[in-house]
Amino acid sequence: MSFLVALLVLPLAGALAIVALPGQAGRAAAFSAIAATAAAAVALAASVSSQGVLRLEVGGWAPPLGIALAADGLGVTLIVMTATVMAGVSLVARGTFAPELAGDRAAFGFWPLMLLLWSALNVVFLSRDLFNLYVGIELLSLAAIGLVAIDGKAAALAAAIRYIVFALAGSLLYLAGVVLIYASHGTLDIDLVAVRTPSAPDGLALALMTAGLMAKTALFPFHVWLPPAHAGAPAPASALLSGLVPKASFVILMRLWFDAMPDRASDGPLVLIALLGTAAVIWGSLAALAQERLKLIVAYSTVAQIGYLFLVFPLAGGTSAGLPWAAGAWTGAVFLALSHGLAKAGMFLAVGHCMAAAGGDRLSAVRGLAKVMPMTAFAFALSAVTLVGLPPSGGFTGKYLVMTAAFASGQWLWALVIAVGGLLAAAYLYRPLAMLFGRGAGASPVPPSRARQAVPLLLAGASVALGIASAGAYGILEIGRPPAAEEGL
Amino acid sequence: MSALTLYALTGSAAIGIGFYGLIAARHLLRRIVAFNLIGSGLFLFFGATGARGGAADPVPQALIITGIVVALSASALAVGLLVAHARVAGRVVLPEEEDGG
Amino acid sequence: MTWAFDAALCALILGVAFATVLGRGVFRSIVFFIVYGLLMAVAWVRLDAVDVALAEAAIGAGLTGVLFLTTFGRLARNVSDDAAPGRFHLPAALACGGLTGALAWAWFAMPAPVRREWELPPAGVENPVTAVLLNFRAWDTLLESIVLLAALIGLWMMARDGDWGDRLGLPQHVRPGGVMAGFGRLLPPVGFLVGVYLVYVGADQPGGAFQGGTVLAAVGLVAALAGLVRPPRIAAHRWRVALVAGPSVFLVAGLAGAVLGAGFLTLPEPVAGTAIFVIEVGLAISIAVTLVFLVLGPPEGERRE
Repeated sequence: MSFLVALLVLPLAGALAIVALPGQAGRAAAFSAIAATAAAAVALAASVSSQGVLRLEVGGWAPPLGIALAADGLGVTLIVMTATVMAGVSLVARGTFAPELAGDRAAFGFWPLMLLLWSALNVVFLSRDLFNLYVGIELLSLAAIGLVAIDGKAAALAAAIRYIVFALAGSLLYLAGVVLIYASHGTLDIDLVAVRTPSAPDGLALALMTAGLMAKTALFPFHVWLPPAHAGAPAPASALLSGLVPKASFVILMRLWFDAMPDRASDGPLVLIALLGTAAVIWGSLAALAQERLKLIVAYSTVAQIGYLFLVFPLAGGTSAGLPWAAGAWTGAVFLALSHGLAKAGMFLAVGHCMAAAGGDRLSAVRGLAKVMPMTAFAFALSAVTLVGLPPSGGFTGKYLVMTAAFASGQWLWALVIAVGGLLAAAYLYRPLAMLFGRGAGASPVPPSRARQAVPLLLAGASVALGIASAGAYGILEIGRPPAAEEGL
Repeated sequence: MSALTLYALTGSAAIGIGFYGLIAARHLLRRIVAFNLIGSGLFLFFGATGARGGAADPVPQALIITGIVVALSASALAVGLLVAHARVAGRVVLPEEEDGG
Repeated sequence: MTWAFDAALCALILGVAFATVLGRGVFRSIVFFIVYGLLMAVAWVRLDAVDVALAEAAIGAGLTGVLFLTTFGRLARNVSDDAAPGRFHLPAALACGGLTGALAWAWFAMPAPVRREWELPPAGVENPVTAVLLNFRAWDTLLESIVLLAALIGLWMMARDGDWGDRLGLPQHVRPGGVMAGFGRLLPPVGFLVGVYLVYVGADQPGGAFQGGTVLAAVGLVAALAGLVRPPRIAAHRWRVALVAGPSVFLVAGLAGAVLGAGFLTLPEPVAGTAIFVIEVGLAISIAVTLVFLVLGPPEGERRE
């Protein structure tokens, strides 16, 4: 219980400390907050695996009057993944955002924005209240936008403006759905909504909320804001933006469709969502193939990988709910989310190192960098293994689970999408890898220290380790799994 | 048509008008104004639903106040982005919308 | 009689909304938006939501209007396009009309409200909205105060590196003896009293930290825009502490509950009223300072373009 509160409060306290305390004292407070929150994340995961779902009614008030928080398997695994990525990013950002290098302004602003982002993510992963989730994703979006614009370049500012337009429109659509639900049922709590007497506006509410959250997750066709925003931000910020931020709105979508209103999940809309996911996979991969800049390749890869996540809806919801393959599909989607978070963060950090060494991120500039920075190049390659879905990575485990579910349910189209997506990922990741491991560097690049290069390697390694140790994660994910995904193959 | 229905329909219309402004306007400041229109229209709709049934329900009112503050925060950040972007790029529209229209 | 009033008000609101979106000129659009906000505040009074009316008038119409006007002024220095709304966008109009229609349908299709008596448990304050905001759903309010801070930090990132140590906002030059200077002398004392009163009375009557804090912010803004006080430097320590005072007090109160065994953000009945008052004072200070800084903007240097 106290770990739950700690996860929410510590990053907030850290952010407040940096704003209030000058210079070194503030930074020291920030790092203590980061370390403490990471420890709390692991402790919470351990508690949940031994005790099951942990619930907290804030203020002692039970829903529908108060707000309920709950730590279940889905929330806890994402919290641990977030903590891992945050720890890695902060280690790298200590160098990238040192005051001598980045200026006082950015050196000040990165840490509170990062901590507020972390707090917002924990809020979303732990909350069971629909309006509380709204406030959480608003905090998340505002912090993320600050991180996109932190460089101050014209391209980054334009990307941030595009992001804020989409993010705000998405939030309002989501809020419209929340309003309809409260007006119809008098409650905002997900578990109480699940046992409501259905009413006519429920479908409209779900549609509005889904549309809003799809815009925030950058699902095709609402994806246009993502590539320039993630490419325009500095590498540590991009790691957070690509690896973590879209997972929050995706988790809310999962909770809505599987926990709150599974009765509203009919096949038509579910298939439509998965078709949009398919379009995202194809479009994102093809766009990534056409890019000349490393960061844009990685950003478009995020667009494609997010598409995979949405294939879970027809496989674990609607008529598939409760059938043997639903659990596999649901768990597979979560595995994909977890491994993508780790791998994408590692990849962006690796790209950041390459850019710092080579002075730019054009593909031609990073030729032959593997000789000078073998750890970084290997980190990139390892992340690619997860994104392509090769065994024994976490990406492979996720894809395997979803594909098995697809074949078992007879919806083999989604299996085909996953297979094709894997091939396309291999294609668009081949070019950077070929450049990195190719012959002949340009001007002699200055590699970052080995300690800094180790971070993306560890993150990428974690995404592979997730696949090797998948049984443990699978077990935790079973805790608090929605009834729709109960059965297993 | 009861008074509450009037307010609810006004709110719905304001939401539609606001979304049109958000999509159709090219000047970014007009887009942010339109976003605020959507927000207050949605709050009016919410308030009308809360005023049904005799005494006013305090929960929607509290949530609306929270929403008003969040909308202001977002607007302030958005206009800050606008001003910074205009300072470096010299334009108040997004790059892809500069030509034509 | 009252129905006619409501109908006229709604018609006005819609007319002004159309004018805001479809009218020519950004300045005109902003002015119509402020009018729209004030009409909304009247609508809130009609809906028996005085707290919301205060918040809408102060924050929605007032502060947001000032924000837009100062932004318009800044943009006019940089760019010269004052674009018309552009040609009519049919697909968007159809989609938005559909959205309005869907929401209108939802209003009629909604089931009747379940509860008729809002029997709230004792919360230490008489104003039910304050009870919800600061007791039952205090976690939301705490996060909301953090959202304000997040927006401010993001906004500060818009400053140029060279300007980082400077005073916030643009330097103000006000004609002595002019209207602005006169307002600057008359309004702050009155506004300060009103703001403090709103915070104090918010426990039992309409008012509260957000409404009172906004009025106090307006006082600060009038003083700053009239050139009476110079905005602080971005690193000024006192002001940084004021920024975090509200959320910090809130957090400490919440953790005190957890440490003493009652639970996170639990306010036990005997101390609930006092605790809420203390939190509201802290919040009002932080809200006032944060709003002033949000409207003033990042430091923009004391040299001219």
